[in-house]
Amino acid sequence: MNKLKLAASVLALSAMAMPASAADIKIGVISILEGAFAALGQDGIRGAELAVKEVGGEVDGKSIEVITMSSDASPDSAVNAARKLIEQDGVDMIVGPLSGSEGLALRDLSKSYPAVTFLNGSSAAQDTTLRDSSENFFRFGGDGAQWMVGVGDYAYNEMGYETVAVIAEDYSFPYTQVLGFMSEYCKAGGKVPEKFWTPIGNKDYSSVVYSIPQDVDAIFVALGGADAVNFLTQYSQAGGDKPIIGGSITIDQSILDSKGPFKKLLVGAPAGTPTVSDYDGEEWKAFTASYTEAFPDGFSAPSIFAHHYYMSAKAAMLALDEVDADLSSDQEAFRAALTDLTFVTPTGGTMRLDENRNGIVDNFVTEVFEREDGTLGNRVVKVVRDVNQLLGQDKETFLAAGPVSRDNPSCP
Amino acid sequence: MKHAAILTPLLLLPLMLNDFWLTQVATRALILGVMALSLSFLATYLGVVSFAQATLAGVAGYTIAYFGPNTVGVGTELTFWLTVPLALVLATLSGAIVGLIARRSRGIYAIMITLAIGVAFFYFTRQNYTFFNGWTGFSGVRAPMIGDMSLRDPLPLYLLSLAIAVIALVLVNSFVRSPLGLAIQAVRDAPGRVLALGISVTTPIVAAFAFSGFLAGTGGILNAWYQERVSSFSVGLGSIIDLLIIAVIGGLRHPSGAFVGAVVFVLLDTFAVDLIDRERFNTLIGAVLLLIVIAAPNGLQQLVTDWGTRLRPTPPQPAPKTTN
Repeated sequence: MNKLKLAASVLALSAMAMPASAADIKIGVISILEGAFAALGQDGIRGAELAVKEVGGEVDGKSIEVITMSSDASPDSAVNAARKLIEQDGVDMIVGPLSGSEGLALRDLSKSYPAVTFLNGSSAAQDTTLRDSSENFFRFGGDGAQWMVGVGDYAYNEMGYETVAVIAEDYSFPYTQVLGFMSEYCKAGGKVPEKFWTPIGNKDYSSVVYSIPQDVDAIFVALGGADAVNFLTQYSQAGGDKPIIGGSITIDQSILDSKGPFKKLLVGAPAGTPTVSDYDGEEWKAFTASYTEAFPDGFSAPSIFAHHYYMSAKAAMLALDEVDADLSSDQEAFRAALTDLTFVTPTGGTMRLDENRNGIVDNFVTEVFEREDGTLGNRVVKVVRDVNQLLGQDKETFLAAGPVSRDNPSCP
Repeated sequence: MKHAAILTPLLLLPLMLNDFWLTQVATRALILGVMALSLSFLATYLGVVSFAQATLAGVAGYTIAYFGPNTVGVGTELTFWLTVPLALVLATLSGAIVGLIARRSRGIYAIMITLAIGVAFFYFTRQNYTFFNGWTGFSGVRAPMIGDMSLRDPLPLYLLSLAIAVIALVLVNSFVRSPLGLAIQAVRDAPGRVLALGISVTTPIVAAFAFSGFLAGTGGILNAWYQERVSSFSVGLGSIIDLLIIAVIGGLRHPSGAFVGAVVFVLLDTFAVDLIDRERFNTLIGAVLLLIVIAAPNGLQQLVTDWGTRLRPTPPQPAPKTTN
């Protein structure tokens, strides 16, 4: 029991020794720096730091400090990280988080801290901004549905797939991705007779592989990382030969580089994504050059996470500059500037926000191709500009369809 | 006297600390302490290490979320005068069920059975949308309002957690002195003899698990109010291991060890990231925990008690009688 007393006095002592920082404006960045996502999460931090570096670490004579915090992909840890940044480090704004459910959690948290501005990192759940949005939560990027725009149309009209089976992980981000694909695909006339939802981190896909109907024309696979490799390996080993359509995080370079017989299934596979590492647009090349110069130990090109954290932090820098770095009266002027901001994104489009403070973005339809040396890469087949969160639909009908889930949307 | 010396500084703590320290450190440590107490109670008095305590806390937390105000539109809202007792009853019942399942196993086998229950519950919450809302879980869980004051405000939540921590410690202390508590310890020491006396072994084991479920449930309710959310992550392997770490570094000799462990754990968890390069903070946490386990195999609580005894002036020994 004595230790309790000791602990109490240690607590009291350390409370007096709180770190004081000299920076005028503090930006907290939340990303996943532990576990399976650590390398990608680190790239998100690079994106945010790059935007601050580009303005020389200060706006209108006010110095800017970046304070990073790690979450572990769970909403609880993102909330704890944000609370520490706000209450202990006294940040003025937060850039982050990385994944979907964390974004929903921070959106809810932001309502308790009206004096802090939240700028979403790369989390892409739909309801973060669409339903129950928060006045001080901004997303300078798209949601998972926006990231699939163009693919459904391409699959039906260009590839001629009339029925498609869906295999996706069982949580909010893949639901949103499936919505983005299906809303276009079903409208074009396609059918989705069967959807398979698997737990994240699933190892054995045999029951799914053998349940895929024989008469579908293709499979839409919205799995990420090891899940995608496991499924594709088991599917091709079982003799599966249906063409693949990929989600935004399904066919990344690490899958294209991995060994396995499934690679032949992937050649020609279309996918939707907001970020193509080797896109040859002028702005993207400039962005990549600036990224590699600032971070020689980073990836060879910015990832989707660096790209999105960069856009949020850049928006903050531009808005700060517009209001002469004035954050007084609960950041009112700063938020108004954010709301009306337009700027050219690294993909060459014009970023601006809709009424729910969600980005109107560019999206790419890519296709896997085989290089001369036998390795695989992604190339852009279509760029769709000005994709909004309602996917071009009427707001009433879009909202009336209800939140995404296992059974919504549906077109069997 | 002794208790007043400990309680007074704790009651004065809100005067010295800002909201961050009060809520994120002190309150969180008290809540985790109550949850870890349920584990160290079982380990100390029944001799069983249970990995299902985060699950039992989760049962209570999910009950609060499902029958309380939340922003995900799942469940029915009842008044908290009903949900709090309901959550405690369900957590206690779940504890009893875990006890029934694990009653015949000891040591590593009990660990495996309770771990299996914990992990099964975790995957169930992640897959089930009707009751648990799957991966995302419940957000916007609000603590009850008493008049104009929310129990989630820093001071009320701290005082509530402190009161519950004290009550939990007192409960454990008196429970282990009751006939049933003594029977539980007898089962720990010599199950064969207990049986030979004609006393059923099952009843004390199930009762001990049910009581630990009640403790864990109390912590689970506070945790749901503190986090303002419950999700599959709250009952995952991470939470299960956190509780074990807290109980072990605090020490299993005395129930109060759980709170000592919780304070150290929360301080590390919150501030390791400030002390070291941001990518390496988990290494620091691991290293400190390792050091504690090596330097204080019986936990920090025991270490401090030992030091106390050593530093206390020893009464002069009577001169040894010399025999000629």
